[in-house]
Amino acid sequence: MKPPPFTYHDPTTVEDAVALLAEKDNARLLAGGQSLMPMLNMRYVQPDDVIDINKIAELSGIESADGALRIGAMTRQREIEFSEAVTAACPIMHEAILQVGHRPTRNRGTLGGSLGHLDPSAELVSVAMAVDATIHVRGKNGSRDIAMADFPAGYMTPAIELDEMITGATFPSWPDGHGYAFIEFSRRHGDFAIVSAAALLVVDGAGKVERVSLTVGGVGPAPVRCTEAEALIAGQTGSEDLFREACETCRKIDALEDVHAGKDYRQHLAAVLSRRALVKALERTEAGHA
Amino acid sequence: MPDRREITVTINGESYTREVETRLTLADFIRHECELTGTHLGCEHGVCGACTILLDGLSARSCLMLAVQADGHEILTVEGIAPNDDELHPLQQAFQDNHGLQCGFCTPGMLTTLLEFLADNPDPTEREVREAISGNLCRCTGYQGIVDAALDAAGRLRGATDA
Repeated sequence: MKPPPFTYHDPTTVEDAVALLAEKDNARLLAGGQSLMPMLNMRYVQPDDVIDINKIAELSGIESADGALRIGAMTRQREIEFSEAVTAACPIMHEAILQVGHRPTRNRGTLGGSLGHLDPSAELVSVAMAVDATIHVRGKNGSRDIAMADFPAGYMTPAIELDEMITGATFPSWPDGHGYAFIEFSRRHGDFAIVSAAALLVVDGAGKVERVSLTVGGVGPAPVRCTEAEALIAGQTGSEDLFREACETCRKIDALEDVHAGKDYRQHLAAVLSRRALVKALERTEAGHA
Repeated sequence: MPDRREITVTINGESYTREVETRLTLADFIRHECELTGTHLGCEHGVCGACTILLDGLSARSCLMLAVQADGHEILTVEGIAPNDDELHPLQQAFQDNHGLQCGFCTPGMLTTLLEFLADNPDPTEREVREAISGNLCRCTGYQGIVDAALDAAGRLRGATDA
């Protein structure tokens, strides 16, 4: 028996789940299990109570309305992958999800699980950062919304209380004709990215960048927006030379270091992958096609 | 007191009712409680893919689920793939014919993963096959025989559907 002993709960409503979270001191929420189950099997975590939220139907679903996608926390990554609404309203999320693990893990893994686990190189976390998503949480004192920029409190630590749970997230759409790209470098397909880059661009008829978003994952303790590069690109005419120069600023991000890659290498990848993502995004803009 | 529950899981068409500890993984349930040892456990943290089963028709790592989560659900393991005791499934036959296995440890996960993949994508490219099995580790074959088997099986299964 690999997981440590715990008491198992399987509430069917958010209200009941939140009540359990408030009542139990050392509880963990079990969403898709693709991160918590390995941690339990290796006994990295030893909760007294496991609250399985797989039976809470109200937490699943994808809605497209008012220029945004609202996705429930327990929506499986598989559903996001095959959702036409996601491909239409947030094509960068579709591109990113194909790089999340493998089919058997996407069949179980969830949006809320990815957001809550907050791995520094998680693709869905990067997408949320790139489009300025809003995270919806509920606790015993009610519901609140958190801007994605404020969501990471530190390494793998979301800015939510212990008695709060993620119920979903809203991803604003970018305008029709925008360019996007999500690319990553990993040792094998489906592995955790060593570094990833997410780019979104809107250019006018003359090729001038009206709006830009650039996010790198796997470098900082959570995916970060490269605001300095964004400022250098906004208002300029989009080109590979411009992007190359602007992306040099991505080397300044204080980088993580682990067995897979050192600081210098991650900073190098941040600059290179950012530029490649921007170039690919530019090619995909309406103006880029013309 | 250990936290226990009675669960009923249908595996390969047969119903299994057992009282289990809630912390028991689905993989250990299948192997130890139901004595279906065809499902193999390599890493037990979701990386090697050997324990992949189909849960209500969709592939999943059985080491990353609790047995209680499968209560009321249907599971297909490697033992349930062949149509009967004397005949192999076309995918299994293709593995045999193309040297798609050597020690056989990864094979149950390869078969279940590919079974789902070929149902979704009946005419895949080699690259798509390689991507489909990128979450299944094999230390013997170098993957070439497995990729050949998958492509061969795709052809055989298409033939079976066309006929």
